[in-house]
Amino acid sequence: MSGGGSSGGSLRRYLLTRVALTLPMLLILLTLVFLLLRVAPGDPIRATLGDRLSTEEIEARSEALGFNDPILVQYGRYLGGVLTGDLGNPLTDRRTTLGVIADTFPATLELTLFAMMVAIGVGVLVGAVSGRLRDTPFDVGGRLFGVLIYAAPIFWLGVLAQLVFSLRLGWFPTGSRMTGFDAPRDITGLYVLDSILTLDGSALLASLHHLVLPGTTLGLVIGGIFVRLVRVNMLQTLRSDYVEAAHARGIGERSVLFRHAFKNALVPVVTIIGLQFALLLGGAILTERVFSWPGMGTAILRFLEARDYVGVQGIVTFFALVVVIVSLLIDLVNGLVDPRIRY
Amino acid sequence: MPSPLRLRLQHAVRPFRSASRTARVLVTVGLLITIVFGVAAFLAPTFYRYDGEQYRVEQPDGSFEQLPRLAPPSAEHPLGTTRDRYDVLARIIDGGRLALAVVLFSTLIAMLIGVPLGLLSGYRGGKLDRVLVTVMDAVYVFPPLLLAIIVAFLLQAYFAPGVPSAAAAVGVVYIPQYFRVVRNHTLSVKQEPYVEAARSLGAKERTVISRYVLFNVIQSVPVIFTLNAADAVLTLASLGFLGYGVQPPTPEWGYDISQAIIDITSGVWWTALWPGVAIVTLVTALTLVGEGLNDVINPLLRARGAAGAKLDAAADGEDLGEPANVDPLSPGTEDGSGPGLAGRGFRS
Repeated sequence: MSGGGSSGGSLRRYLLTRVALTLPMLLILLTLVFLLLRVAPGDPIRATLGDRLSTEEIEARSEALGFNDPILVQYGRYLGGVLTGDLGNPLTDRRTTLGVIADTFPATLELTLFAMMVAIGVGVLVGAVSGRLRDTPFDVGGRLFGVLIYAAPIFWLGVLAQLVFSLRLGWFPTGSRMTGFDAPRDITGLYVLDSILTLDGSALLASLHHLVLPGTTLGLVIGGIFVRLVRVNMLQTLRSDYVEAAHARGIGERSVLFRHAFKNALVPVVTIIGLQFALLLGGAILTERVFSWPGMGTAILRFLEARDYVGVQGIVTFFALVVVIVSLLIDLVNGLVDPRIRY
Repeated sequence: MPSPLRLRLQHAVRPFRSASRTARVLVTVGLLITIVFGVAAFLAPTFYRYDGEQYRVEQPDGSFEQLPRLAPPSAEHPLGTTRDRYDVLARIIDGGRLALAVVLFSTLIAMLIGVPLGLLSGYRGGKLDRVLVTVMDAVYVFPPLLLAIIVAFLLQAYFAPGVPSAAAAVGVVYIPQYFRVVRNHTLSVKQEPYVEAARSLGAKERTVISRYVLFNVIQSVPVIFTLNAADAVLTLASLGFLGYGVQPPTPEWGYDISQAIIDITSGVWWTALWPGVAIVTLVTALTLVGEGLNDVINPLLRARGAAGAKLDAAADGEDLGEPANVDPLSPGTEDGSGPGLAGRGFRS
């Protein structure tokens, strides 16, 4: 997936260019967020609290929060705030936006990490074996799984999982993360990690118990995409010249498969894993809604429901930052892994 | 001598006829299922006794009898009824019409914005191109579902939620895809001798773009359309599920599933199961069409040689199954300006 026959620049030049390109993209994203969520709605106080406050109160609060300043001044203040880590104060929450994020981000991170592990496990395994055992029943099954899981809405799978595994079989709780009583001492906010760090066995079991259903649902859906990609990559790699060359040199089948084919089939997957990140966030919003998971998706949905433009703007800004940084990291890793990717 | 129209038609279906059998089967099966959904919605009143928003039946004496609440599947209600006394099957049929309408309008919106901008950006190049590419990249890296939610949320303040606003929210997500594919294709087409010939004959820029570039570039649009169509159904359902779709009680599959969450605690499964089955069926059908078409049209795109040696492996292998993830949607590769659409998986 490289820049074709472009004259190969140096790795350093690629890295520097890529980092430099991040800034305009970030600026554009932040500007879009500001235009959409600050400028478009007009007066955020009125939009949020208009039916609860008198006109004078709205006016006073708008003045105090600087919503009456010229738009350019507000824009400058917004960008300055982002630089200094200030994402504003939601109108419907006592915490700052950063406080809300600090409280909810670990839950989302834990969910998505677990899902990612499921996705990679299922995707790489089923995909690679499907590619190797092409056109066998396993392959057909693997592909069918890929197609169907791709077509299934994640929230529907979540509801069905609840129906079967929570209500019928009673194996897992229907939702929520963990009751405060069982929760481990808070170190990272990731309950699984915290319980391991504090050597709290029962908390570890309880946190996994709550995590399995939402995490597997999210992971299987992302994994369905991996299956398809890993399989196609494996097929392409298996018929490539260097695999043939490896065969010709008399290298054993097993060694060709694992040392040559499999490793190269995984290179594009690294990119894909990164690219799925945006989807993972979207999927997390839906999964959190189904399983009442107290993460960032739940937080932003709550702000949206309250029409709290300031809160929405803050969280969306955070998402934008994360997305830009992740996409930068993926491209950097790709540049390091694949020397053909250069500007 | 065949008429010009007939020649054109023959030219248009030629890639289809020369495509592999698998590709043709995929397209045909997918199209058939999609058509069934479309036709069922329009013919429903003739063969099905309930309407998606109907919760009571008028009796001969003029009084109304309400439909049963949460009735299990039976001969009277093949897929059961909901908490609000709606017939599940009727809602699924109507939901299909809504989904197809939103898919059509949303991709139309995305095309109407993405294609002209892509043409302009690719043809003019320079500063305009760089700015547009960065803006589109920025929109593209943003989580699509969140983008759709925000647009739907903003539109809510001004319009009643309906097909137009849902289509706009879903459509915004796909603008960058049309933009990138068309832009990158334009970049390569504008180097072709016939474009240069037209320019040196003194053709106006507008003529060159609309007569020479557009018609060569437009062939990549149907593939994106069909691949997006499947994704658009899922995006709409997700919006509906979160309460940012169309106005209830309009039958919409995602919204119906969100309403069914309460039901499962009392062991009622039919209100949650069937709308999801409908989504899976329609999305699979549209994906089949998309991947089949991709197979059909791709050899032409590959012949242009823009894709690297790596893709040649897929080029000779119609039997690779789903090369859809590799080719025409990975335009980002051409200038290395970032990740292609390839791995995105088109899912929200």
